[in-house]
Amino acid sequence: MEYSEKVMDHFMNPRNVGEIEDASGVGTVGNAKCGDIMKVYLKIENDVVVDAKFKTFGCGAAVATSSMATELIKGRTIQEALQITNKAVMEALDGLPPVKVHCSCLAEEALHAALWDYAQKNNIVIEGLKEPVEDVHDTHH
Amino acid sequence: METKIYFDNAATTPVRQEVLQEMLPYFQDFYGNASSVYTIARKSKTALELARKQVADALGALPEEIYFTAGGSESDNMALKGVADALQKKGNHIITSKIEHHAILHTCEYLAEKGFEITYLDVDQDGKISLDDLKKSIRPTTILISIMFANNEIGTIQPIAEIGKIAKENGIYFHTDAVQAVGHVPINVKDMNIDLLSLSGHKLCGPKGIGAIYIRKGVQITPLIHGGAQEKHRRAGTENIPAIVGLGKAAELAVAELPQTAEKLTKLRDKLIHGIQEKIPYAKLNGHPTDRLPGNCNIGFEFIEGESLLLLLDSAGVAASSGSACTSGSLDPSHVLMAIGLPHEKAHGSLRLTLGHYNTEEEVDYVLNILPEIVERLRNMSPLYEEFLKKQKS
Repeated sequence: MEYSEKVMDHFMNPRNVGEIEDASGVGTVGNAKCGDIMKVYLKIENDVVVDAKFKTFGCGAAVATSSMATELIKGRTIQEALQITNKAVMEALDGLPPVKVHCSCLAEEALHAALWDYAQKNNIVIEGLKEPVEDVHDTHH
Repeated sequence: METKIYFDNAATTPVRQEVLQEMLPYFQDFYGNASSVYTIARKSKTALELARKQVADALGALPEEIYFTAGGSESDNMALKGVADALQKKGNHIITSKIEHHAILHTCEYLAEKGFEITYLDVDQDGKISLDDLKKSIRPTTILISIMFANNEIGTIQPIAEIGKIAKENGIYFHTDAVQAVGHVPINVKDMNIDLLSLSGHKLCGPKGIGAIYIRKGVQITPLIHGGAQEKHRRAGTENIPAIVGLGKAAELAVAELPQTAEKLTKLRDKLIHGIQEKIPYAKLNGHPTDRLPGNCNIGFEFIEGESLLLLLDSAGVAASSGSACTSGSLDPSHVLMAIGLPHEKAHGSLRLTLGHYNTEEEVDYVLNILPEIVERLRNMSPLYEEFLKKQKS
């Protein structure tokens, strides 16, 4: 198993690590059982994601996909943010080894979970956004 | 970054210079088939029998009780399948443990599909089986007890002589997977009542792809590989003389130097274990504190995941391994760490550093120097650590 240079770059120098104190939405997905937990914080102003941070417990791919997913979502409108798929995260990282594809699914789910939390807090409905699932690994394996 | 420090000697070891030198003539100068009659072949035959004696001496066995195989996995397969086949009229029950190498566990699963009944003994939090459990699990149909000498992940050494005694008293064959133990801890198959023992070349600075099985005289066993008359009809195939010569030399050196090596590695290991625990909070030793392989250090770091730890260590030039699922390609962490009772998140955060012949105190110091920062870096990224700190504050 070998990671691409991009994956290694985002693992060694992860972007957006941290917390946002007054986050508009926070999403946590994964569980310790499978070895990956991602927590994404979003700051949303006027329907635009103005900041994104993450904390991740997991392997190199989990850290890299969290880093890339938060990079991709920054500056996007909510509707644009919904279009960020696990495939987009993978492509932006120049691919992932087959056994690590689930990490990109987790990253997509983490973004969605944070958006869901934002919608819940503000009593709004984001079209096309589904409630986050308990264990994403069950859905992707 | 280039690997500067190799702390993964339980995975494999480099071939020692003295071993390589012994091997080299058998590739191009003395390449004869040991079964042939001419001069050059007799060189091979002589080398084969010298290596057999070297391995036998390392175990306190007779040369005629040593059979060369392609490695530890083959020896384990031969012991289990061979005894199961030969004794199937006598019984169909095999006792092993939950922390065996996959070469044992997966072979047992295969035998279970064929109708054999397998008892997997639990281990305690240090990784030891209970002799009481062992005695209680013996049935009239038990034909084999297979318990590893020392564990590859956590280094725990089992009470082998006591197990051998119980097996002997009950007239049951006792096999031990001693791949991690040979050349690292003293072994005497006669004193310990071992009937079958598996060993591998590349764990003791010998070459890969070569191993041996000790089969006590009189033990009934069916061969795994049928064919020519090599190894007294018990293991067909033209002997890999260069590798066999390498294994013999490696075993001879390892056993001759064992007291000094064990003393040196135990010192380095304990410095590593105590140093890590002094410098890094929430770090727990996995495995038995004293009944463990001289070179084995296995530490569980809370709140972080093993693969990330390995990648950062690698970027600092250190080769190590982990029981994390992410390093194996499955979603489950190591069965050994689960068997000693670690919850998933702690099993994922384990780090195994295994020292060997070439390691030095400077290398231990270097790792002790860089590790705290690496662990801290990952913890600062971890939502589990964040949660833990918040809970502590409130």
